[in-house]
Amino acid sequence: MHWNPEQIDALLRDMASALERLEETDGATGLVGIESGGAWVAKALNERLSKPLPLGFLDANFYRDDFEKRGLKKSVKPSKLPFDVEGAHLILVDDVLMTGRTIRAAMNELFDFGRPASIRLAVLFDIGRRELPIRADVCGEVLSLPAEQRVELSGPDRLEASVQAVGNGR
Amino acid sequence: MTLAPPSSRVQLTDDGKLRHFLSVEHLSRPLLEDILDTAAGFVDVGGRAIKKVPLLRGKTVVNLFFESSTRTRSTFELAAKRLSADVLTLDIAKSATSKGETLLDTLRNLEAMAADMFVVRHQDSGAPFFIAEQVTPRVAVINAGDGRHAHPTQAMLDMYTIRHYKGGFEGLKVAIVGDILHSRVARSQIHALNILGAEEVRVIAPRTLLPADADALGATVFTDMVQGIEDVDVVIMLRLQRERMDSALLPSEGEFFRLYGLTNEKLGHAKPDAIVMHPGPINRGVEIASEVADGPRSVILNQVTFGIAVRMAVMSMAISGQESLDAAQEDDHGH
Repeated sequence: MHWNPEQIDALLRDMASALERLEETDGATGLVGIESGGAWVAKALNERLSKPLPLGFLDANFYRDDFEKRGLKKSVKPSKLPFDVEGAHLILVDDVLMTGRTIRAAMNELFDFGRPASIRLAVLFDIGRRELPIRADVCGEVLSLPAEQRVELSGPDRLEASVQAVGNGR
Repeated sequence: MTLAPPSSRVQLTDDGKLRHFLSVEHLSRPLLEDILDTAAGFVDVGGRAIKKVPLLRGKTVVNLFFESSTRTRSTFELAAKRLSADVLTLDIAKSATSKGETLLDTLRNLEAMAADMFVVRHQDSGAPFFIAEQVTPRVAVINAGDGRHAHPTQAMLDMYTIRHYKGGFEGLKVAIVGDILHSRVARSQIHALNILGAEEVRVIAPRTLLPADADALGATVFTDMVQGIEDVDVVIMLRLQRERMDSALLPSEGEFFRLYGLTNEKLGHAKPDAIVMHPGPINRGVEIASEVADGPRSVILNQVTFGIAVRMAVMSMAISGQESLDAAQEDDHGH
């Protein structure tokens, strides 16, 4: 399975209109993309909103609960949140939602910057296999994949995605 | 005095990850760059309202200081605390060993307290290597300065500082000035600069403060400060250890300052945008004039800030390397 830039664009447009139907999006403080795929999606999604929001980026790698299993990822990027998190209405954005652990780590990190009033979640792909009670408010496409497969997004300039067997990459 | 074994293999896992950090010698350029890149993320954490990440939560870090230190010990302590580890700092110079306990017995006792990492400073060269070979598997050892041998985290924070201000190491000329003979900092800096690809490393010192095999240091040797500092991008001053004054190595502090002390006048021979570094503590009017130490080109205090982030990077990488030793090799993308 493969999604070319036009197909990704269609998913992003659907997500943008779904986000605009959420009442929280009106007056939201900002979009927060999770490095690195989520950051690409957040940026692309923001360009498709009728009223673009301030854009922030998080690298949740210092907050992961599986550090002992996975070790430290190379070159963790600095988190950049150009707005006050305290009392903010935030939309967290990631490329792929699976176990939910990345989202938990990202929320923990957000709380170190302040106490947000609300957090919504938008993801490009939801591939199931959740291990935590976390769900997306807005999702581009829901997939059902065998355990040994993942979706990999490539970017940032031309966003494309494909299903890959586990064991590639990291 | 025993010298460290030339092999640094004990520092790495079979697949090349850091598991101890004892010396920069023999480490690869990608690994050193990895340390600097990881540190960049931690510099960001240091600027936040909550300067803490949960990476080493539940881990116990023991600072073993057989030789006294204020800055290195306190920055290691802060680094461990900002990683959420529990920290125990032992000033061994004043504790059990003075009651006759051997180093190995002290280690075994600390291991029995389930320590995950030892940060070791020792007056004997090679002591952290010995400890790394003796500790039980899965305990990481970080060298916080051993004898005249190495001070790798200081060297890496200096590399971070240089990269921060100069953007990289290509084409850079770096001068290290002062007591090269007794300086573990200089030795580690020279190794790191050569590995990272600096164009030229110079050492500037009187003959009496240069090792006999100065030519083997991997640096160009100068005894004249003005010649040595000509056209450099970075000037690193070393602390002149006053206790050396009593030995016959130096005429007087005043004489040393006249010949090798960094003043604005001497700094005028370096590149106009040269930066001035010093590992601290500084001796004003001995190796560096106040006008330079407090001047616009001094990045001495920034080094301290970066030092915490670099130590956080090394500590988390070493713990991560230890964990990977027996971790299942399953891929776990974990979205």
